[in-house]
Amino acid sequence: MAAKREAPVESQKTARIKMVLNGEAQDVVFAPYKTLLEVLREDLGHTGTKHGCELGECGACAVIMDGKPVLSCLVLAVDCDGREILTVEGMETDGRLHPLQEAFADLGGMQCGYCTPGILLTAKSLLDHNPHPSRAEIREALSGNLCRCTGYLQIFDAVEAAMVEIAKRGETTK
Amino acid sequence: MIGHARRRVDARGKVTGQTIYADDISLPRMAYCKLLRSPHPHARIRSIDTSRALAHPGVYLVLTGKDLPIKYGILPVSQDETPLCVDRVRHVGDPVAAVIAREELTAADALELIEVDYEILPTIADPEEALANPEPRIHDYSEEGNIHKRVAFEFGDVDKGFAEADEIFEDTFFFQGNTHLPMEQHASVAVRDREGKLTLYTSTQTPHYLHRALSKVLEMPAGHIRVVATPCGGGFGGKSDPFNHEFVVSKAALMLGRPVKISLTREEVFYCHRGRHPMLMKFRTGVKKDGTITAMHLQNVIDGGAYGSYGVASTFYGGTLQTTTYHIPKYRYQGARFFTNKPPCGPKRGHGTPQPRFGQEVQIDKIAEKLKIDPAELRLRIAVKPNELTANFLQLGTVGLEQCIRRVVAISGWKDKFRKLPEGRGVGLACSCYLTGAGLSIYWNAMPHSGIQLKLDRSGCVTLFAGTTEIGQGSDDVLAAMVAEVLGIKTFDIRVYSGDTDLGPVDLGSYSSRVTLMAGNAAIQAAERAKAMMAEAVADKLEVPKERLRFADSAVFDAAAPEKRVTFVEAICLAEARFGTIGTVGSYTPPKFPAAKYKGGGVGTSPAYTFSATVVEVDVDTATGLVRVAKLWNTHDLGRALNPVLARGQVEGSIYMGLGEALMEEQDYRRLPSRLSHALVHKFPSMLDYKTITSLDMPEIVTEFIEGPDARGPFGAKECGQGPLLPVMPAVANAIYDAVGVRIDEVPMTPEKIVRALAEKKAGRAPRYGPDHFPEMSWGEPLRVPPPWDGGDGRAINEPPRQPKPSREKEKVLTP
Repeated sequence: MAAKREAPVESQKTARIKMVLNGEAQDVVFAPYKTLLEVLREDLGHTGTKHGCELGECGACAVIMDGKPVLSCLVLAVDCDGREILTVEGMETDGRLHPLQEAFADLGGMQCGYCTPGILLTAKSLLDHNPHPSRAEIREALSGNLCRCTGYLQIFDAVEAAMVEIAKRGETTK
Repeated sequence: MIGHARRRVDARGKVTGQTIYADDISLPRMAYCKLLRSPHPHARIRSIDTSRALAHPGVYLVLTGKDLPIKYGILPVSQDETPLCVDRVRHVGDPVAAVIAREELTAADALELIEVDYEILPTIADPEEALANPEPRIHDYSEEGNIHKRVAFEFGDVDKGFAEADEIFEDTFFFQGNTHLPMEQHASVAVRDREGKLTLYTSTQTPHYLHRALSKVLEMPAGHIRVVATPCGGGFGGKSDPFNHEFVVSKAALMLGRPVKISLTREEVFYCHRGRHPMLMKFRTGVKKDGTITAMHLQNVIDGGAYGSYGVASTFYGGTLQTTTYHIPKYRYQGARFFTNKPPCGPKRGHGTPQPRFGQEVQIDKIAEKLKIDPAELRLRIAVKPNELTANFLQLGTVGLEQCIRRVVAISGWKDKFRKLPEGRGVGLACSCYLTGAGLSIYWNAMPHSGIQLKLDRSGCVTLFAGTTEIGQGSDDVLAAMVAEVLGIKTFDIRVYSGDTDLGPVDLGSYSSRVTLMAGNAAIQAAERAKAMMAEAVADKLEVPKERLRFADSAVFDAAAPEKRVTFVEAICLAEARFGTIGTVGSYTPPKFPAAKYKGGGVGTSPAYTFSATVVEVDVDTATGLVRVAKLWNTHDLGRALNPVLARGQVEGSIYMGLGEALMEEQDYRRLPSRLSHALVHKFPSMLDYKTITSLDMPEIVTEFIEGPDARGPFGAKECGQGPLLPVMPAVANAIYDAVGVRIDEVPMTPEKIVRALAEKKAGRAPRYGPDHFPEMSWGEPLRVPPPWDGGDGRAINEPPRQPKPSREKEKVLTP
């Protein structure tokens, strides 16, 4: 049955923050109960960040906040005032894919692609802090990111290939 | 192109976040839907009061079962679901009402204002309870009481076969249910478009079947409905049914004239389920001293959950492929599916076959031990041969099983390890077989199973329209690669539109490992037709016989004088000038399978069968029962690897899922204490508690493709996305036995079960954990079909005359 109503429905977008999203300052107005995940996807149209549980169990929503990987489903957006957020949309620079993106694309690091953004950002954070991780360290870093398609091995291969490529690019720019 | 490692066509979108999944769609004026789900496993709905929810600010619409009373179901024989329960709920999570509101949270709040008056009914928890309690019947249409469906076949005189045996082995196994757990929660957006028609964007594996169901339930011509299967964030069989929420948002969008979205929570995904059926199986197998099988008898008690889903098919699959790995001259199969008050079971990777394959492969290991034959050697002795016609009239084609076994034994170092490793470490071997596409459609029709359209124009772009669904397996890429191979261009020069019922021709969907073979053959046919037109036009221009033309490197040239050439774009222009606008089609219908003429003989038929062998090495901690998988070797007979990166991903992904099933994954239920409600609830509907293999658990895997092109496969290819899962569970069980000498006849093989079996062993009792009884029941008179070697012609000798399709509900065909 459809509702009939005279008075207009109130807007719930009463919270307002400033944050830096993928290098660009943003003013965001949103409903105060929303998580960072919801604000990114629903209020800012950045749907690259995914969700698989919204309970902090699967890692699909991982983004980088102030240099550290966080689960955006467990972060309240009202706590993000003044923060710097990096999502998958911000990984490409100057029209060039990040070496992790290239390696995942070439080496089967993704199948359905749904866990991929969260894994890419978690792996980026690992390589940012530890440019030469062992396979054991890669396994450890990704242990909070579930993937149901690949069986992880091609993901490990891709992270290792990206690690080599990043080192190479670093050499050439020196 | 074919056979080379290559970046898949949809890779960029997936690594940049540009791929748009169903829940990523947001449209102007979009409203949100939430479903009220039953807290009771079994109850009658006396009344529903929605008035307070409707008055809640921000609520646009409230729907109940009365608004959508027409039944649907994936199989024509089990149309037993409604979008919202009309008068009865049958499992915890069964939806009873829907709220559509401005905000998702508003809709969720309003759900709490709906009052449902339930009359609690007794709950049936498992098949044995279903057998003991024919009343209350969960569905009125079931075969008898709460027995949904029974199948019984006898191929040859099985008792005679047992009489000829030197040894008879009898083993009972239980395979617990488990679920797909795709990373993407189901989501749908329905839109009433500018013509007033319906468009549904949804995460589905089977847009065509959903299209038909929507037409039926909404009473709209299918031609006025567009289903767009958005790139699917994981399926594994779990998105192959039409789902409640897909009808609800469609109805709401039509009523409100605005887009309506739903995105299920993870808990709700557990209630949608359609996962692996729990199966309790008794295998009786007679063998000669040399291991030759004289007869086999399988009884299978199947827990179906609350609805039909694919269950009738699953009941056949629960025994029909037992004859496709080893030569079994006489075979009796009796299977029964029961209705229980739990979320419905359906097809999960391997559909109905991993459970009996587990039992069969573990029993083979026991037989080998008793007969003192190496398990690999025993399997080689009894392996099926190429082109064999099995006892139940399945026509095999290429068979790489022997090669699979020989290679996996070689690369794993089996001979140096089996029964030779120190206590606590062991190896196990198992094999399997799977279909490359089901030979029959879900509903009877004489039309193609797959279709492809190509459009080529002077821009040089080749556009491929397919009805297939990209669920991560790489179907878009494989189709593009086949067309590119035929036309001598790159996959990057092809644009693929798939999964859209408006744009692409009908394809039955991404299930049963059918897409590469069926849609692939259709794509090749369409490409060959385009190539023929271009060749004719180019031959005139270059004045060379068209037979001499080659298509390669984005050019068309004379094989005898390669400097005589035109570019691919010029070739299209010449063809367009000569023939007009260029568009071609291709289609694929599986070959007729004339061998099996008996009723039910169509299930299990396939254009091509694949074979796998796996060796797994494990460490078992005897104090804790923890199993650590040290390494796994797999050989898979896939005909040909079209893109080895993707093929490896399919094999490793299957093995990953198989290891999870072997060791930890289970969709299990418990009764709440009676002081609460005595309700039957899901033990752990969350990703944290539903244990899966993580990056820390995944062992090293060595995969070897056994390539022998199959004439029916496109460029020789057979499936590789389901078969490699099947041997994993029995291989782990056999490895545990090799490591610590206990038989775990039950899946998953959790530490608790291993510790218990070790305690039995220590106490001097049978060193085993597994089911200790099997229910007595009437299986009905089996259909008796003499096998080919007994002069059988594929007909049953006792089949009652088939009645002219009895009271099957005549399908309403609505025309625009």
